[in-house]
Amino acid sequence: MIRVLVPSGVLGLEFSKDALQRGLENKPDIIAIDGGSTDSGPFYLGTANSKYSRAVTLGEWEYLLKARAQAKIPLVIGSSGTCGTDTSVDWMVAITNQALANLNQNIRLATIKSSQPNERVVAAFKSNRLTSLKHAPTINEQIITECTGIVALMGVEQFQAALSREVDVIIAGRATDTASIAALPLMKGIPPGIAWHGAKIAECGALCSTNPLSGCIQVDFHANCFEVEPLDPSAQCTPHSVSAHMLYENSDPFILHEPGGYLDVSNATYKAVSDRKVRVSGGQWVSASKYRVKVEGVRIAGYQTTSLILVRNQHYVRNIKSWVDKLKTFLEQSIYEKFGLNGESFLIEFRLIGADGVLGPLENYHLELIEIGVLGIVTAQTQQLANELAKHINPYLLHFPLTDNEELPTFAFPYSPAETERGPLYEFCLNHTLQIDDPLEVFTIEVFQANGMSKK
Amino acid sequence: MVCLRNKVFKIRSKNAGPFTVTIDVFCHSPNDLKRTKKLLDTSTLSRLFGVDENKFEIYEIADLNVLKVSFPRTHSQGSRLDRDMHGAQFAELLNEMVIPNNFEEI
Repeated sequence: MIRVLVPSGVLGLEFSKDALQRGLENKPDIIAIDGGSTDSGPFYLGTANSKYSRAVTLGEWEYLLKARAQAKIPLVIGSSGTCGTDTSVDWMVAITNQALANLNQNIRLATIKSSQPNERVVAAFKSNRLTSLKHAPTINEQIITECTGIVALMGVEQFQAALSREVDVIIAGRATDTASIAALPLMKGIPPGIAWHGAKIAECGALCSTNPLSGCIQVDFHANCFEVEPLDPSAQCTPHSVSAHMLYENSDPFILHEPGGYLDVSNATYKAVSDRKVRVSGGQWVSASKYRVKVEGVRIAGYQTTSLILVRNQHYVRNIKSWVDKLKTFLEQSIYEKFGLNGESFLIEFRLIGADGVLGPLENYHLELIEIGVLGIVTAQTQQLANELAKHINPYLLHFPLTDNEELPTFAFPYSPAETERGPLYEFCLNHTLQIDDPLEVFTIEVFQANGMSKK
Repeated sequence: MVCLRNKVFKIRSKNAGPFTVTIDVFCHSPNDLKRTKKLLDTSTLSRLFGVDENKFEIYEIADLNVLKVSFPRTHSQGSRLDRDMHGAQFAELLNEMVIPNNFEEI
Protein backbone atom coordinates (compact mmCIF):
# COMPACT_ATOMS: atom_id res chain seq x y z
CA MET A 1 0.00 0.00 0.00
CA ILE A 2 1.21 3.49 -0.83
CA ARG A 3 -0.22 6.39 1.15
CA VAL A 4 -0.18 9.88 -0.37
CA LEU A 5 -0.93 12.98 1.67
CA VAL A 6 -2.36 15.89 -0.32
CA PRO A 7 -2.37 19.05 1.85
CA SER A 8 -4.69 21.08 -0.42
CA GLY A 9 -5.78 21.65 -4.00
CA VAL A 10 -3.06 24.22 -4.56
CA LEU A 11 -0.17 25.72 -2.60
CA GLY A 12 -1.24 29.19 -1.46
CA LEU A 13 -4.88 28.39 -0.79
CA GLU A 14 -4.36 27.40 2.85
CA PHE A 15 -4.79 24.06 4.60
CA SER A 16 -5.65 23.04 8.13
CA LYS A 17 -2.47 22.47 10.12
CA ASP A 18 -4.31 20.16 12.52
CA ALA A 19 -5.50 18.06 9.58
CA LEU A 20 -1.97 17.95 8.17
CA GLN A 21 -0.60 16.77 11.55
CA ARG A 22 -3.27 14.08 11.63
CA GLY A 23 -2.13 13.02 8.18
CA LEU A 24 1.51 12.84 9.27
CA GLU A 25 0.59 10.60 12.21
CA ASN A 26 -0.80 8.12 9.65
CA LYS A 27 2.72 7.78 8.22
CA PRO A 28 2.26 8.72 4.55
CA ASP A 29 4.88 7.74 1.96
CA ILE A 30 4.92 11.11 0.23
CA ILE A 31 3.39 14.60 0.38
CA ALA A 32 2.19 15.85 -3.02
CA ILE A 33 0.68 19.24 -3.81
CA ASP A 34 -0.20 21.15 -6.94
CA GLY A 35 1.10 24.66 -7.56
CA GLY A 36 -1.09 25.92 -10.36
CA SER A 37 -3.13 25.56 -13.54
CA THR A 38 -4.40 27.66 -16.43
CA ASP A 39 -7.54 28.36 -14.42
CA SER A 40 -6.70 31.97 -13.61
CA GLY A 41 -6.09 32.94 -17.20
CA PRO A 42 -3.33 33.59 -19.72
CA PHE A 43 -1.58 36.44 -17.88
CA TYR A 44 0.36 34.11 -15.58
CA LEU A 45 1.96 32.03 -18.32
CA GLY A 46 2.46 35.18 -20.42
CA THR A 47 4.48 36.82 -17.66
CA ALA A 48 5.75 33.83 -15.61
CA ASN A 49 3.92 35.23 -12.61
CA SER A 50 2.37 33.55 -9.59
CA LYS A 51 -1.27 34.07 -8.72
CA TYR A 52 -0.64 33.70 -4.99
CA SER A 53 1.35 36.07 -2.83
CA ARG A 54 4.97 35.21 -2.16
CA ALA A 55 4.55 35.62 1.59
CA VAL A 56 1.62 33.19 1.75
CA THR A 57 3.41 30.71 -0.51
CA LEU A 58 6.53 30.91 1.68
CA GLY A 59 4.53 30.39 4.86
CA GLU A 60 2.74 27.30 3.56
CA TRP A 61 5.81 25.84 1.86
CA GLU A 62 7.92 26.31 4.99
CA TYR A 63 5.30 24.43 6.97
CA LEU A 64 5.33 21.57 4.45
CA LEU A 65 9.15 21.44 4.43
CA LYS A 66 9.04 21.12 8.20
CA ALA A 67 6.39 18.38 7.98
CA ARG A 68 8.45 16.52 5.38
CA ALA A 69 11.57 16.57 7.56
CA GLN A 70 9.55 15.39 10.55
CA ALA A 71 8.07 12.47 8.56
CA LYS A 72 11.29 11.80 6.60
CA ILE A 73 9.39 11.46 3.30
CA PRO A 74 9.61 13.25 -0.06
CA LEU A 75 7.63 16.41 -0.76
CA VAL A 76 6.71 17.17 -4.38
CA ILE A 77 5.04 20.13 -6.06
CA GLY A 78 3.88 20.27 -9.68
CA SER A 79 3.01 23.35 -11.79
CA SER A 80 5.05 25.58 -9.48
CA GLY A 81 4.18 29.26 -9.27
CA THR A 82 0.79 28.94 -11.04
CA CYS A 83 2.05 28.57 -14.61
CA GLY A 84 5.05 26.24 -14.17
CA THR A 85 7.59 28.08 -16.33
CA ASP A 86 11.33 27.77 -15.66
CA THR A 87 11.19 31.24 -14.06
CA SER A 88 8.42 29.98 -11.75
CA VAL A 89 10.56 27.00 -10.73
CA ASP A 90 13.44 29.39 -9.93
CA TRP A 91 11.00 31.55 -7.91
CA MET A 92 9.97 28.48 -5.94
CA VAL A 93 13.61 27.48 -5.39
CA ALA A 94 14.35 30.96 -3.98
CA ILE A 95 11.36 30.59 -1.63
CA THR A 96 12.66 27.15 -0.65
CA ASN A 97 16.11 28.53 0.17
CA GLN A 98 14.55 31.21 2.37
CA ALA A 99 12.36 28.63 4.13
CA LEU A 100 15.33 26.28 4.66
CA ALA A 101 17.31 29.12 6.28
CA ASN A 102 14.35 29.84 8.58
CA LEU A 103 14.15 26.13 9.45
CA ASN A 104 17.92 25.61 9.71
CA GLN A 105 17.54 22.65 7.36
CA ASN A 106 19.52 21.05 4.51
CA ILE A 107 17.85 19.03 1.76
CA ARG A 108 18.57 17.24 -1.49
CA LEU A 109 16.44 19.11 -4.02
CA ALA A 110 15.38 18.27 -7.57
CA THR A 111 13.98 20.69 -10.08
CA ILE A 112 12.19 19.59 -13.25
CA LYS A 113 11.83 22.32 -15.83
CA SER A 114 9.24 22.32 -18.58
CA SER A 115 9.44 25.63 -20.48
CA GLN A 116 9.74 25.05 -24.19
CA PRO A 117 11.84 27.22 -26.52
CA ASN A 118 9.67 28.59 -29.35
CA GLU A 119 12.06 27.11 -31.94
CA ARG A 120 11.54 23.61 -30.55
CA VAL A 121 7.77 23.93 -30.89
CA VAL A 122 8.08 25.42 -34.38
CA ALA A 123 10.27 22.45 -35.38
CA ALA A 124 7.68 20.05 -33.95
CA PHE A 125 4.94 21.87 -35.87
CA LYS A 126 6.89 21.57 -39.12
CA SER A 127 7.56 17.87 -38.58
CA ASN A 128 3.91 17.08 -37.72
CA ARG A 129 4.65 16.20 -34.12
CA LEU A 130 2.18 18.82 -32.90
CA THR A 131 -1.43 17.61 -32.82
CA SER A 132 -4.52 19.77 -32.21
CA LEU A 133 -6.68 18.93 -29.22
CA LYS A 134 -10.42 19.53 -29.20
CA HIS A 135 -11.39 23.16 -29.94
CA ALA A 136 -7.76 24.13 -30.51
CA PRO A 137 -7.22 27.45 -32.29
CA THR A 138 -5.60 27.47 -35.72
CA ILE A 139 -1.87 27.92 -35.47
CA ASN A 140 1.03 28.67 -37.77
CA GLU A 141 4.75 29.20 -37.46
CA GLN A 142 4.36 32.91 -36.76
CA ILE A 143 1.89 32.38 -33.90
CA ILE A 144 4.22 29.89 -32.21
CA THR A 145 7.18 32.23 -32.70
CA GLU A 146 5.22 35.09 -31.09
CA CYS A 147 4.46 33.15 -27.89
CA THR A 148 5.84 34.81 -24.75
CA GLY A 149 5.50 31.59 -22.77
CA ILE A 150 5.24 27.92 -23.76
CA VAL A 151 5.24 25.01 -21.33
CA ALA A 152 4.83 21.26 -21.76
CA LEU A 153 2.85 19.32 -19.15
CA MET A 154 4.92 16.51 -17.68
CA GLY A 155 3.45 13.20 -16.61
CA VAL A 156 4.69 10.68 -14.05
CA GLU A 157 7.91 9.58 -15.77
CA GLN A 158 9.63 12.88 -15.09
CA PHE A 159 8.69 12.85 -11.37
CA GLN A 160 9.78 9.21 -11.15
CA ALA A 161 13.17 9.99 -12.70
CA ALA A 162 13.71 12.61 -9.97
CA LEU A 163 12.31 10.41 -7.18
CA SER A 164 14.65 7.59 -8.15
CA ARG A 165 17.57 9.89 -7.36
CA GLU A 166 16.53 9.85 -3.72
CA VAL A 167 15.71 13.49 -3.35
CA ASP A 168 13.89 15.06 -0.41
CA VAL A 169 11.97 17.65 -2.39
CA ILE A 170 10.93 18.02 -6.04
CA ILE A 171 10.01 21.41 -7.45
CA ALA A 172 8.48 20.78 -10.86
CA GLY A 173 7.39 23.06 -13.65
CA ARG A 174 4.11 22.55 -15.48
CA ALA A 175 2.66 19.10 -14.91
CA THR A 176 -0.75 17.52 -15.26
CA ASP A 177 -2.74 17.96 -12.05
CA THR A 178 -2.52 14.24 -11.33
CA ALA A 179 1.12 13.45 -12.17
CA SER A 180 2.77 14.42 -8.86
CA ILE A 181 0.28 12.22 -6.97
CA ALA A 182 0.32 9.20 -9.33
CA ALA A 183 4.12 9.05 -9.72
CA LEU A 184 5.11 7.18 -6.55
CA PRO A 185 2.20 4.67 -6.50
CA LEU A 186 2.99 3.75 -10.12
CA MET A 187 6.69 3.40 -9.31
CA LYS A 188 5.79 0.98 -6.51
CA GLY A 189 3.71 -1.23 -8.79
CA ILE A 190 0.17 0.06 -8.23
CA PRO A 191 -1.82 -0.67 -11.43
CA PRO A 192 -2.14 2.46 -13.58
CA GLY A 193 -5.97 2.41 -13.63
CA ILE A 194 -5.94 2.67 -9.82
CA ALA A 195 -3.04 5.12 -9.55
CA TRP A 196 -4.29 7.65 -12.11
CA HIS A 197 -7.87 7.49 -10.89
CA GLY A 198 -6.85 8.05 -7.26
CA ALA A 199 -4.63 10.91 -8.34
CA LYS A 200 -7.45 12.57 -10.27
CA ILE A 201 -9.79 12.31 -7.27
CA ALA A 202 -7.14 13.79 -4.95
CA GLU A 203 -5.78 16.54 -7.23
CA CYS A 204 -7.95 19.30 -5.73
CA GLY A 205 -7.45 18.18 -2.11
CA ALA A 206 -10.66 18.16 -0.12
CA LEU A 207 -12.75 19.26 -3.11
CA CYS A 208 -13.70 15.56 -3.36
CA SER A 209 -15.18 15.75 0.16
CA THR A 210 -18.20 17.42 1.72
CA ASN A 211 -16.04 20.28 3.01
CA PRO A 212 -13.85 21.54 0.15
CA LEU A 213 -12.24 24.26 2.30
CA SER A 214 -10.77 21.78 4.78
CA GLY A 215 -7.80 21.08 2.50
CA CYS A 216 -6.03 17.88 3.48
CA ILE A 217 -6.89 14.44 2.21
CA GLN A 218 -5.18 11.07 2.23
CA VAL A 219 -5.25 8.44 -0.50
CA ASP A 220 -4.26 4.83 0.08
CA PHE A 221 -3.30 3.07 -3.14
CA HIS A 222 -3.77 -0.72 -3.03
CA ALA A 223 -3.29 -3.35 -5.73
CA ASN A 224 -7.00 -3.53 -6.59
CA CYS A 225 -8.49 -0.24 -5.31
CA PHE A 226 -7.74 3.08 -3.70
CA GLU A 227 -9.30 4.55 -0.58
CA VAL A 228 -9.73 8.25 0.00
CA GLU A 229 -10.56 10.11 3.20
CA PRO A 230 -10.37 13.72 4.37
CA LEU A 231 -8.11 14.51 7.31
CA ASP A 232 -10.25 17.26 8.78
CA PRO A 233 -12.90 15.84 11.15
CA SER A 234 -15.52 18.25 9.75
CA ALA A 235 -15.25 16.70 6.25
CA GLN A 236 -16.50 13.43 4.82
CA CYS A 237 -15.81 11.61 1.58
CA THR A 238 -18.96 9.99 0.24
CA PRO A 239 -19.38 7.93 -2.96
CA HIS A 240 -21.23 10.96 -4.35
CA SER A 241 -18.63 13.59 -3.36
CA VAL A 242 -15.81 11.41 -4.70
CA SER A 243 -17.33 10.31 -7.99
CA ALA A 244 -18.64 13.83 -8.68
CA HIS A 245 -15.05 15.04 -8.72
CA MET A 246 -14.49 13.20 -12.03
CA LEU A 247 -16.81 15.81 -13.57
CA TYR A 248 -14.83 18.77 -12.31
CA GLU A 249 -13.04 20.85 -14.98
CA ASN A 250 -13.21 17.80 -17.23
CA SER A 251 -15.21 17.97 -20.46
CA ASP A 252 -15.64 14.18 -20.60
CA PRO A 253 -16.64 12.69 -17.23
CA PHE A 254 -15.30 9.21 -18.03
CA ILE A 255 -12.03 9.81 -19.87
CA LEU A 256 -8.93 11.62 -18.66
CA HIS A 257 -6.01 12.05 -21.06
CA GLU A 258 -2.53 11.94 -19.61
CA PRO A 259 0.95 11.66 -21.13
CA GLY A 260 1.30 8.11 -22.43
CA GLY A 261 -2.36 7.11 -22.46
CA TYR A 262 -5.75 7.75 -20.93
CA LEU A 263 -7.80 6.75 -17.93
CA ASP A 264 -11.29 5.32 -18.48
CA VAL A 265 -13.55 5.30 -15.41
CA SER A 266 -16.76 4.17 -17.20
CA ASN A 267 -16.84 0.99 -15.12
CA ALA A 268 -15.53 2.36 -11.83
CA THR A 269 -17.38 1.68 -8.59
CA TYR A 270 -17.42 3.88 -5.51
CA LYS A 271 -18.26 2.30 -2.14
CA ALA A 272 -18.44 3.80 1.33
CA VAL A 273 -16.03 2.05 3.71
CA SER A 274 -17.11 4.22 6.64
CA ASP A 275 -19.06 7.45 6.96
CA ARG A 276 -15.98 9.35 5.80
CA LYS A 277 -13.89 7.00 3.67
CA VAL A 278 -14.61 5.76 0.12
CA ARG A 279 -13.15 2.76 -1.71
CA VAL A 280 -12.84 3.03 -5.49
CA SER A 281 -12.00 0.38 -8.07
CA GLY A 282 -12.55 -0.36 -11.74
CA GLY A 283 -10.62 2.47 -13.41
CA GLN A 284 -8.88 1.27 -16.59
CA TRP A 285 -5.71 2.65 -18.10
CA VAL A 286 -5.30 2.50 -21.86
CA SER A 287 -1.72 2.98 -23.05
CA ALA A 288 -1.03 5.02 -26.17
CA SER A 289 1.44 3.89 -28.80
CA LYS A 290 3.10 7.32 -28.85
CA TYR A 291 4.11 9.45 -25.88
CA ARG A 292 2.46 12.86 -26.17
CA VAL A 293 2.53 15.77 -23.75
CA LYS A 294 0.16 18.69 -23.82
CA VAL A 295 1.66 22.11 -24.58
CA GLU A 296 0.26 25.46 -23.48
CA GLY A 297 1.26 28.72 -25.08
CA VAL A 298 0.35 32.35 -24.66
CA ARG A 299 0.97 35.41 -26.81
CA ILE A 300 0.27 39.14 -26.65
CA ALA A 301 -2.92 40.10 -28.48
CA GLY A 302 -2.70 43.88 -27.96
CA TYR A 303 -2.42 46.39 -25.13
CA GLN A 304 -5.29 47.68 -23.06
CA THR A 305 -6.38 50.74 -21.14
CA THR A 306 -9.70 50.74 -19.33
CA SER A 307 -12.00 53.48 -18.03
CA LEU A 308 -14.83 53.02 -15.60
CA ILE A 309 -17.73 55.42 -15.20
CA LEU A 310 -20.87 55.14 -13.10
CA VAL A 311 -24.26 56.36 -14.27
CA ARG A 312 -27.01 57.08 -11.74
CA ASN A 313 -29.27 59.48 -13.68
CA GLN A 314 -32.44 57.50 -14.51
CA HIS A 315 -32.86 58.98 -17.99
CA TYR A 316 -29.40 57.73 -18.92
CA VAL A 317 -29.70 54.44 -17.04
CA ARG A 318 -32.89 53.63 -18.98
CA ASN A 319 -31.29 54.54 -22.31
CA ILE A 320 -27.81 53.27 -21.64
CA LYS A 321 -27.64 50.95 -24.66
CA SER A 322 -28.50 53.69 -27.14
CA TRP A 323 -26.08 55.98 -25.31
CA VAL A 324 -23.07 53.66 -25.65
CA ASP A 325 -23.95 52.79 -29.27
CA LYS A 326 -24.13 56.46 -30.16
CA LEU A 327 -20.96 57.23 -28.20
CA LYS A 328 -19.06 54.43 -29.91
CA THR A 329 -20.02 55.62 -33.39
CA PHE A 330 -19.07 59.17 -32.47
CA LEU A 331 -15.71 58.10 -31.01
CA GLU A 332 -14.75 55.98 -34.00
CA GLN A 333 -15.41 58.96 -36.27
CA SER A 334 -13.47 61.38 -34.07
CA ILE A 335 -10.53 58.96 -33.73
CA TYR A 336 -10.44 58.71 -37.51
CA GLU A 337 -10.41 62.50 -37.78
CA LYS A 338 -7.90 63.21 -35.00
CA PHE A 339 -5.59 60.19 -35.13
CA GLY A 340 -6.07 59.07 -38.73
CA LEU A 341 -6.90 55.55 -37.49
CA ASN A 342 -9.65 53.27 -38.63
CA GLY A 343 -11.29 50.46 -36.66
CA GLU A 344 -8.69 47.89 -37.68
CA SER A 345 -5.90 49.35 -35.60
CA PHE A 346 -7.82 49.73 -32.34
CA LEU A 347 -10.95 48.43 -30.62
CA ILE A 348 -13.24 50.18 -28.19
CA GLU A 349 -15.73 48.14 -26.22
CA PHE A 350 -18.22 49.26 -23.58
CA ARG A 351 -19.47 46.67 -21.12
CA LEU A 352 -22.58 47.55 -19.18
CA ILE A 353 -22.06 46.39 -15.63
CA GLY A 354 -25.47 45.89 -14.12
CA ALA A 355 -27.17 45.19 -17.45
CA ASP A 356 -25.21 42.52 -19.33
CA GLY A 357 -21.64 42.77 -18.04
CA VAL A 358 -21.21 39.03 -17.58
CA LEU A 359 -23.17 37.52 -20.44
CA GLY A 360 -23.14 40.26 -23.08
CA PRO A 361 -25.29 39.27 -26.06
CA LEU A 362 -26.37 36.04 -24.30
CA GLU A 363 -28.20 37.95 -21.55
CA ASN A 364 -31.96 37.29 -21.49
CA TYR A 365 -33.10 39.50 -18.63
CA HIS A 366 -33.56 43.26 -18.75
CA LEU A 367 -34.68 44.63 -15.42
CA GLU A 368 -35.08 48.14 -14.15
CA LEU A 369 -31.83 49.38 -12.65
CA ILE A 370 -30.80 51.99 -10.09
CA GLU A 371 -27.38 52.61 -11.55
CA ILE A 372 -25.05 51.19 -14.14
CA GLY A 373 -21.30 50.90 -14.56
CA VAL A 374 -19.83 51.46 -18.00
CA LEU A 375 -16.49 49.72 -18.40
CA GLY A 376 -14.71 51.12 -21.44
CA ILE A 377 -11.94 48.87 -22.78
CA VAL A 378 -9.53 50.21 -25.38
CA THR A 379 -7.32 47.65 -27.11
CA ALA A 380 -4.55 48.85 -29.42
CA GLN A 381 -1.32 47.62 -30.94
CA THR A 382 0.81 49.58 -28.50
CA GLN A 383 0.31 50.65 -24.89
CA GLN A 384 1.00 54.26 -25.82
CA LEU A 385 -1.81 54.25 -28.37
CA ALA A 386 -4.22 52.55 -25.97
CA ASN A 387 -3.44 55.25 -23.37
CA GLU A 388 -3.82 58.05 -25.92
CA LEU A 389 -7.18 56.76 -27.14
CA ALA A 390 -8.44 56.28 -23.59
CA LYS A 391 -7.47 59.88 -22.78
CA HIS A 392 -9.27 61.03 -25.90
CA ILE A 393 -12.51 59.32 -24.89
CA ASN A 394 -12.35 60.56 -21.28
CA PRO A 395 -14.26 63.86 -21.72
CA TYR A 396 -16.98 62.10 -23.76
CA LEU A 397 -17.43 59.40 -21.14
CA LEU A 398 -17.93 62.24 -18.68
CA HIS A 399 -20.24 64.52 -20.70
CA PHE A 400 -21.62 62.92 -23.87
CA PRO A 401 -25.32 63.81 -24.32
CA LEU A 402 -27.91 61.27 -25.41
CA THR A 403 -29.49 63.70 -27.86
CA ASP A 404 -28.24 66.93 -29.40
CA ASN A 405 -30.83 69.13 -27.74
CA GLU A 406 -30.23 68.24 -24.11
CA GLU A 407 -28.01 69.73 -21.51
CA LEU A 408 -24.54 68.17 -21.18
CA PRO A 409 -24.68 65.46 -18.54
CA THR A 410 -21.82 64.75 -16.11
CA PHE A 411 -21.40 61.20 -14.87
CA ALA A 412 -19.47 59.82 -11.91
CA PHE A 413 -15.82 58.85 -12.25
CA PRO A 414 -14.99 56.67 -9.23
CA TYR A 415 -11.31 57.67 -9.20
CA SER A 416 -8.74 59.91 -10.83
CA PRO A 417 -7.43 59.33 -13.40
CA ALA A 418 -10.41 57.48 -14.84
CA GLU A 419 -8.05 55.48 -17.05
CA THR A 420 -6.19 52.39 -15.85
CA GLU A 421 -3.33 51.02 -17.90
CA ARG A 422 -3.78 47.24 -18.04
CA GLY A 423 -0.63 46.40 -19.94
CA PRO A 424 -0.46 43.59 -22.50
CA LEU A 425 -3.52 41.48 -23.19
CA TYR A 426 -2.43 37.84 -23.24
CA GLU A 427 -4.33 35.06 -24.96
CA PHE A 428 -3.93 31.30 -25.05
CA CYS A 429 -2.98 30.23 -28.55
CA LEU A 430 -1.94 26.59 -28.18
CA ASN A 431 -4.10 23.62 -27.22
CA HIS A 432 -1.97 20.90 -28.71
CA THR A 433 0.05 17.84 -27.87
CA LEU A 434 3.71 17.37 -28.62
CA GLN A 435 4.89 13.91 -29.56
CA ILE A 436 8.25 12.94 -28.05
CA ASP A 437 10.34 9.78 -28.27
CA ASP A 438 11.53 9.79 -24.67
CA PRO A 439 9.49 11.25 -21.77
CA LEU A 440 12.60 13.05 -20.51
CA GLU A 441 13.35 14.59 -23.91
CA VAL A 442 11.86 18.06 -23.39
CA PHE A 443 12.16 18.31 -19.61
CA THR A 444 15.30 19.14 -17.63
CA ILE A 445 16.00 17.53 -14.27
CA GLU A 446 18.63 18.91 -11.93
CA VAL A 447 19.49 17.55 -8.50
CA PHE A 448 21.46 19.62 -5.99
CA GLN A 449 21.99 20.25 -2.33
CA ALA A 450 20.00 23.16 -0.86
CA ASN A 451 21.56 24.10 2.44
CA GLY A 452 19.76 26.36 4.88
CA MET A 453 21.75 25.38 7.96
CA SER A 454 23.80 28.23 9.24
CA LYS A 455 27.49 27.51 9.02
CA LYS A 456 28.41 28.65 12.49
CA MET B 1 -42.94 30.81 -14.09
CA VAL B 2 -40.87 27.69 -13.40
CA CYS B 3 -37.12 27.72 -13.97
CA LEU B 4 -34.79 24.75 -14.31
CA ARG B 5 -33.15 25.67 -10.98
CA ASN B 6 -36.45 24.95 -9.22
CA LYS B 7 -36.40 21.36 -10.43
CA VAL B 8 -32.79 20.31 -9.98
CA PHE B 9 -30.38 20.03 -7.08
CA LYS B 10 -27.54 22.15 -8.47
CA ILE B 11 -26.15 23.52 -11.73
CA ARG B 12 -22.49 24.53 -11.98
CA SER B 13 -20.23 25.51 -14.86
CA LYS B 14 -16.46 25.79 -15.20
CA ASN B 15 -13.72 25.92 -17.80
CA ALA B 16 -12.34 22.57 -18.88
CA GLY B 17 -9.12 24.12 -20.15
CA PRO B 18 -8.97 27.55 -21.82
CA PHE B 19 -11.10 26.61 -24.83
CA THR B 20 -13.98 24.58 -23.38
CA VAL B 21 -16.80 25.15 -20.90
CA THR B 22 -18.46 22.28 -19.08
CA ILE B 23 -21.76 22.44 -17.22
CA ASP B 24 -22.96 19.85 -14.70
CA VAL B 25 -26.68 19.61 -13.95
CA PHE B 26 -27.23 17.59 -10.77
CA CYS B 27 -30.79 16.17 -10.90
CA HIS B 28 -32.81 14.70 -8.04
CA SER B 29 -33.70 11.37 -9.65
CA PRO B 30 -33.19 9.21 -12.74
CA ASN B 31 -36.56 10.41 -14.07
CA ASP B 32 -35.62 14.05 -13.56
CA LEU B 33 -32.39 13.34 -15.40
CA LYS B 34 -34.37 12.02 -18.39
CA ARG B 35 -36.67 15.06 -18.30
CA THR B 36 -33.75 17.46 -18.08
CA LYS B 37 -32.07 15.73 -21.00
CA LYS B 38 -35.19 16.20 -23.11
CA LEU B 39 -35.34 19.90 -22.24
CA LEU B 40 -31.67 20.49 -22.96
CA ASP B 41 -31.61 19.43 -26.59
CA THR B 42 -28.86 20.83 -28.77
CA SER B 43 -31.08 23.43 -30.44
CA THR B 44 -32.09 24.88 -27.05
CA LEU B 45 -28.48 24.85 -25.91
CA SER B 46 -27.37 26.47 -29.14
CA ARG B 47 -29.86 29.30 -28.67
CA LEU B 48 -28.83 29.89 -25.04
CA PHE B 49 -25.06 29.79 -25.52
CA GLY B 50 -24.69 31.07 -29.08
CA VAL B 51 -22.71 27.98 -30.13
CA ASP B 52 -23.40 25.69 -33.13
CA GLU B 53 -25.72 22.77 -32.35
CA ASN B 54 -23.22 20.15 -33.47
CA LYS B 55 -20.55 21.44 -31.06
CA PHE B 56 -22.27 20.23 -27.90
CA GLU B 57 -21.22 17.03 -26.14
CA ILE B 58 -23.83 15.66 -23.77
CA TYR B 59 -23.09 12.97 -21.19
CA GLU B 60 -25.37 11.19 -18.75
CA ILE B 61 -23.78 10.05 -15.50
CA ALA B 62 -26.50 7.72 -14.25
CA ASP B 63 -24.92 6.97 -10.85
CA LEU B 64 -24.97 10.65 -9.96
CA ASN B 65 -28.15 11.68 -11.81
CA VAL B 66 -26.00 14.23 -13.61
CA LEU B 67 -26.35 15.60 -17.11
CA LYS B 68 -23.07 17.06 -18.35
CA VAL B 69 -22.88 19.49 -21.24
CA SER B 70 -19.52 20.53 -22.73
CA PHE B 71 -18.99 23.00 -25.57
CA PRO B 72 -16.31 25.24 -27.06
CA ARG B 73 -16.01 28.75 -25.71
CA THR B 74 -17.01 31.43 -28.22
CA HIS B 75 -14.07 33.44 -26.86
CA SER B 76 -11.16 31.58 -25.30
CA GLN B 77 -10.53 32.17 -21.61
CA GLY B 78 -9.10 35.64 -21.04
CA SER B 79 -9.11 36.66 -24.69
CA ARG B 80 -10.27 40.14 -25.66
CA LEU B 81 -14.00 39.49 -25.79
CA ASP B 82 -14.15 37.02 -22.92
CA ARG B 83 -16.21 38.27 -19.99
CA ASP B 84 -15.88 35.40 -17.54
CA MET B 85 -12.34 34.09 -16.90
CA HIS B 86 -13.45 30.92 -15.09
CA GLY B 87 -16.62 30.26 -17.08
CA ALA B 88 -18.52 29.74 -13.85
CA GLN B 89 -21.39 32.14 -14.61
CA PHE B 90 -22.54 30.36 -17.77
CA ALA B 91 -24.49 28.08 -15.42
CA GLU B 92 -26.91 30.95 -14.74
CA LEU B 93 -28.35 30.66 -18.24
CA LEU B 94 -29.48 27.13 -17.37
CA ASN B 95 -30.49 28.02 -13.80
CA GLU B 96 -32.83 30.70 -15.17
CA MET B 97 -34.07 28.74 -18.17
CA VAL B 98 -37.86 28.84 -18.16
CA ILE B 99 -39.29 25.32 -18.37
CA PRO B 100 -42.84 23.97 -18.83
CA ASN B 101 -45.06 23.98 -15.73
CA ASN B 102 -45.65 20.27 -16.20
CA PHE B 103 -41.98 19.26 -15.79
CA GLU B 104 -43.02 16.08 -13.95
CA GLU B 105 -45.05 14.96 -16.95
CA ILE B 106 -42.41 15.50 -19.61
